[in-house]
Amino acid sequence: MLTFILKRLGLALLVAITVSFISFSLLFLSGDPAAALAGETASGEDIEAIRRLYGFDRPMLVQYGEWLFSALRGDFGESYYFKLPVASLIADRLQVTMLLGLCGILFALLTAVPLGVAAAIRPNSLIDRLALFLSVAGQAMPSFWFGLILIVVLAIQLGWLPPSGASTWRHFIMPTIVLGYYAMPAIMRLTRAGMLDVLESDFIRTARAKGAGETRVLFKHALRNAIIPVVSLAAVQMGFMLGGSIVVESVFALHGAGFLAWESIARNDLPTVQALILVFSMFYIIFTFLADVLNAWLDPRMRSA
Amino acid sequence: MSNAPDPLLQEIQGPSPRQMLKIRALGHKGLLFGMAVVGLLVLIAILAPVLAPHDPYAQSLMNRMVPPVFMGGTWEHPLGTDHLGRDYLSRLIYGARVSLLIGAVAALISGVIGTAMGVAAGYFGGKVDAVVTFLINVRLAMPVVLVALAVVAILGGSLTVVICVLGFLLWDRFAVVMRASTLQVSRRDYVAAAQVIGASTPRIVLTEIMPNIFNNLIVVITLEMAHAILLEAALSFLGLGVQPPTPSWGLMVSEGKNMMLFEPWLVLIPGAVLFVLVLAINLMGDGLRDVTSPEGRS
Repeated sequence: MLTFILKRLGLALLVAITVSFISFSLLFLSGDPAAALAGETASGEDIEAIRRLYGFDRPMLVQYGEWLFSALRGDFGESYYFKLPVASLIADRLQVTMLLGLCGILFALLTAVPLGVAAAIRPNSLIDRLALFLSVAGQAMPSFWFGLILIVVLAIQLGWLPPSGASTWRHFIMPTIVLGYYAMPAIMRLTRAGMLDVLESDFIRTARAKGAGETRVLFKHALRNAIIPVVSLAAVQMGFMLGGSIVVESVFALHGAGFLAWESIARNDLPTVQALILVFSMFYIIFTFLADVLNAWLDPRMRSA
Repeated sequence: MSNAPDPLLQEIQGPSPRQMLKIRALGHKGLLFGMAVVGLLVLIAILAPVLAPHDPYAQSLMNRMVPPVFMGGTWEHPLGTDHLGRDYLSRLIYGARVSLLIGAVAALISGVIGTAMGVAAGYFGGKVDAVVTFLINVRLAMPVVLVALAVVAILGGSLTVVICVLGFLLWDRFAVVMRASTLQVSRRDYVAAAQVIGASTPRIVLTEIMPNIFNNLIVVITLEMAHAILLEAALSFLGLGVQPPTPSWGLMVSEGKNMMLFEPWLVLIPGAVLFVLVLAINLMGDGLRDVTSPEGRS
């Protein structure tokens, strides 16, 4: 188990370093970052001054090393736009995004797992069809459009919920639904497939044969086994969701890290963008690492992989 | 030798694999519906200049935000006009071109990259496999929307840039699926036989492996095409994708957003069309998987 964890940790670190290099390289994609920063009207001298000020005149690898080591100490430089340390900017905004992500994954799990189980108990029934319909629709639904429809119906027509902002818990209901619905189809399908598989297995037949009640068979025996892969999928989805929250946050004007990313990109605030890409990637890497370790702990067969 | 099947022989053998496939496909409602809708939209996109009642770029400030015909408008503009007086139906029709073009080309680019990586990993194994698996992990760790937005912002939003960015970002599922399928196929005896008789690696890959993983490739292409179309719409909605005045459905939703309070149809119509297209492509992909894979043959 320890070897597995160490190997997996090594991989996670290597991925993290590669991702950090890619997000740093973005700065150089435009050709000359100093010219981009100075703007179109800047003279050659201005550009030269900016180049020296930000140290763009040094070799790229030196700059990357410096950036990485300050990033490891929690220093991501200063935002071009806000003139504030990027790290504190992101830390401020991350709370909203984390809360949203957590609510979203909870919403997804609380709808997908019961629906998946119900669909697996009665294949081809009405509830199975409903579950299939919801998951097929969810995969095709543009989340920004779904969010706008919710605003039109729930906030404007019915007036039940505030259309945008983040000051009370009621502001989080619509974003949670939109973000959660994005993650729900995959979780639902996996739960259903897992339950169908498990329900056909020998130990379930044994449990039924020895007279265990149906509820006990379903929840104690079947669901406990079917839920293992769902846990790791949920962790992966959580990582995707934090990255996907950029769309949802901009629709509902939730001032989280995703919204900050959108603003920073539009304002050409590259240090903030680089740091945000790195932070979102780190969340994904940490979540998938934890999911793999959890899986290996629950299921020893996974440890050899 | 005649090609006509012997009726007696056919009775003994039953339908050929190809006929079985056709029977399964014709019995699959999702696949038929998906193919019909996608086919229709492709036709509309190709025939856009003939079908569109107006020039999608022609502004008419006298006729701004005319409501659609079912909300009290006239047949002059069946789906009304937008905030610049451009005919909404014509913009929708030309928007199909943008979505389908981006979806198809992005899926093609990522398909080439992902298939090359996946097949190499599955066929050679060892170090090649380790490197490809590592690259897949790195790619999955990068937040797609964020990276795509940043790159489009740096390089400037145009159709070509959006297509290339999506093409270079969405290869992960191709690599994962093609790697697994190649791994399965390359263990078969006919691959070993080809290796023994001294066939070259490109020949084995092209004539023994590719034909046997082609079905899976088609399925992933359709699903990734849907993914690319949704992402383009999201990028354009956020203002960092296809730039105005190009008629993109995501952009139309974004332009209609400010008037959503009074004219919700400005947002509803392009979003609904986007939803139907993506739904149809996904149903087609799911259906193709069902009828081509052994597990789907129930």
